[in-house]
Amino acid sequence: MGPQELTYLVQGLGWTLILTAMGFLGGIVFGMVVALMRVSSRPWLRYPAIAWIGLFQGTPLLMQLFVAYFGLPLLGFDVPAWAAVGFALTAHASAFLGEIWRGAIQAVPKGQTEAANALGLHSRSRMFDVIVPQAFKLSLPATVGFLVQLLKGTSLAAIVGFIELARAGVIVSNQIYKPLVVFGVVGVMYFAICWPLSLYGRHLERRMAAGVLK
Amino acid sequence: MEQSQQGGARMIEMRKVEKWYGAFHALKSVDLTVRQGERIVLCGPSGSGKSTLIRCINHLETIQDGEIVVSGHRLNDSQKAVDAVRREVGMVFQQFNLFPHKTVLENCILAPMRVRKLSRADAEATARRYLDRVRIGNQAEKYPAQLSGGQQQRVAIARALCMEPKAMLFDEPTSALDPEMVKEVLDTMIGLARDGMTMICVTHEMGFARQVADRVIFMADGEIVEENDPDTFFRNPQHERSRAFLGEILAHH
Ligand SMILES: Nc1ncnc2c1ncn2[C@@H]1O[C@H](COP(=O)(O)OP(=O)(O)OP(=O)(O)O)[C@@H](O)[C@H]1O
Ligand SMILES: [Mg+2]
Repeated sequence: MGPQELTYLVQGLGWTLILTAMGFLGGIVFGMVVALMRVSSRPWLRYPAIAWIGLFQGTPLLMQLFVAYFGLPLLGFDVPAWAAVGFALTAHASAFLGEIWRGAIQAVPKGQTEAANALGLHSRSRMFDVIVPQAFKLSLPATVGFLVQLLKGTSLAAIVGFIELARAGVIVSNQIYKPLVVFGVVGVMYFAICWPLSLYGRHLERRMAAGVLK
Repeated sequence: MEQSQQGGARMIEMRKVEKWYGAFHALKSVDLTVRQGERIVLCGPSGSGKSTLIRCINHLETIQDGEIVVSGHRLNDSQKAVDAVRREVGMVFQQFNLFPHKTVLENCILAPMRVRKLSRADAEATARRYLDRVRIGNQAEKYPAQLSGGQQQRVAIARALCMEPKAMLFDEPTSALDPEMVKEVLDTMIGLARDGMTMICVTHEMGFARQVADRVIFMADGEIVEENDPDTFFRNPQHERSRAFLGEILAHH
């Protein structure tokens, strides 16, 4: 495997990171909305969030990518492949992060809400000054865990012809007929990113268990 | 003491209050009037409804019947009435419930800034005054987890005072504390009482009750069973259940 092939793989890796970043950043924004809707006392906010979470947790990411890739053009949105994939990953991540953060919001001790209420804080301040900062810390390990899942999940974008790291591996391997070497390198690349992230997630979890996290 | 019972404006009034948790009748036709400057100690066996009673006063619990008027604001389901009442009434919890991600000072300035719309500088000035008053001014930059239980509870008292409430509710403020820290919190509360704060304290600290209470109210099974000045209540309890309760408490002390 020469420098040319390696460059090709690194380009694929670049796309993998871009897709992950798109999905994760979009997922953070919309996941926050989903989580807040999900814990709302108003049924007309809560039920759509429940449905959204159920839809994306109950179907394979692969199918979600297909639907976005072929469905968006059918609906008249003529978007490039990266945008369709980014759209699907954002929707997917918003559902998963929304559910993770719902759990975290509900895990903040009830006494915090009561203290906020007793002080006369309104729902917005109670949520954003008191509950969300604590929920954010509680959710960090699971959020990092999901980021790792998402990064690996982007390999499914290969199925709609998107050349990210996994797809680049397939192409290079077909060119030079050394699948073991090529996928060895591809594996090392995924590993080099996912493993430190996983370690970091576990580190956060341990610190949290020890009650060090402020 | 007689004076404070007859004088003073009505601060808290509960009339025929009924509270149900599902099928469980937690408060049974509770009548209670607390006048400005009065200090009430509320006691009774576990599960008798003491917490429920004081939590109804600032609408942490809703009632099913009867009425509650606090400083002229009649509590109903309107958020405006609830807000008005919560601005007048501070609460201190058994478990402190400080905000762990905020420093002592930040704990104290949040509500004054958000609810009373004070500037940060004004809120901090108020906060430092009350933190000094509960003798914890030098810990203002620390996080709650860095303080002892007694210190945390004093911060919780200061946090409530920063809203300049007209009345304070205490729900067993010393029960979660190590014995050696009980006194510092009680002393703080005694200081507040001396300064004329209207207070309702759920506590089993009978020394505190003797020292500062104008009235001791004894509850059992969701009802107010006996209501008397501390001297009479401790020396000559009128009701069989209060006698049994006092016997138990004294046996433990
Ligand atoms: N949220 C709730 N749902 C159902 N029942 C409740 C709830 N809160 C309290 N109760 C019940 O209401 C009764 C009164 O509870 P409350 O907490 O007011 O008692 P208490 O006098 O404060 O007791 P303690 O000394 O143990 O704090 C208890 O039997 C309790 O089990
Ligand atoms: Mg109680």
